[in-house]
Amino acid sequence: MHDQVIDPAAARDERARAAAVRDGLSVGIAVGVSGLAFGAAAVTAGLTVAQACVLSLLTFTGASQFALAGVIGGGGGLVAGTLGAVLLGGRNALYGLRLAGTLGVRGWRRLLTAQAVIDETAAVATAQHGRAAARAGFYTTAISLYLAWNATTLLGAAGTARLGDPDAIGLDVLGPAAFLALLWPRLTGGGDAVRTALAAAVIAVAATPLLPPGVPVMLAAVAALPALLRGRAAS
Amino acid sequence: MSVWIAVLATGLGCYALKLSGLVIPQRVLDDPRVRRFTGLVPVALLTALTAVQALADGRSLEFDAARLAGLGAAVAALALRAPFLVVLIAAAAVTAGLRLLGL
Repeated sequence: MHDQVIDPAAARDERARAAAVRDGLSVGIAVGVSGLAFGAAAVTAGLTVAQACVLSLLTFTGASQFALAGVIGGGGGLVAGTLGAVLLGGRNALYGLRLAGTLGVRGWRRLLTAQAVIDETAAVATAQHGRAAARAGFYTTAISLYLAWNATTLLGAAGTARLGDPDAIGLDVLGPAAFLALLWPRLTGGGDAVRTALAAAVIAVAATPLLPPGVPVMLAAVAALPALLRGRAAS
Repeated sequence: MSVWIAVLATGLGCYALKLSGLVIPQRVLDDPRVRRFTGLVPVALLTALTAVQALADGRSLEFDAARLAGLGAAVAALALRAPFLVVLIAAAAVTAGLRLLGL
């Protein structure tokens, strides 16, 4: 924006901001095109193209969307499916807590910004140096990801709706593969994460024949309870 | 119709959670137990979702060799640090390829 940048601190800030915008665009577009996979998975699960698109526009957090589609595809209860999908979105509240100070938004700006508080925007924003760069990274990721995610959801859903048998081209594996990819970086957190994951998998699979679809996944959340019950001694 | 209600409720619920993070005082994170718990809930849910969608069809457990091989391909791609979309394409390609071969 400035014709001459002489102040070295300002020049450094400007470079940091430019780097944040680059980070944001690459994450936003790279992850955004995965809307293709969501659109395909949603239609495979039995949602209409319109339902898939509205889910992307309103929910705009991939794991919850894949979760709802998965429960509907498995013939599960919609109440359990909705609760599971919303519970999964609980981590976004945590990102919001961490980002609130950096973003510093109030009023209608806060209402708009909230929709973009998700894995990718939080990751890009927290990786930047300085508040201006963090904000630039957050909003660049938010806008590019929102546009790409919704455009490719429509493409994936409409494309799949024209296919005969989505299972034949392996689309039923997209849901579990997407969850695994989202889970992967969290497992590096150490023994606690791996123990929780194993317990959750055992609980969910063991409960599957006994409970309506969607409920076993919610039940598996109790695998995280030991972290809450254990005393403060660990800290 | 009821699918529409689930779609709208999921959208509203997820939005409310996002907004709550920006509105709630940051003090609640002071308790390390709360921090640990909120970090582990997504781990539990994502693992459960992966396991159930890989192994179950409705309420019955099934071992679909092509689907499990596709997940294996996803693990390999993740271990090689492939980007998200490449992981998904690898999984779908392996599953589709094996089904084409009649598995």
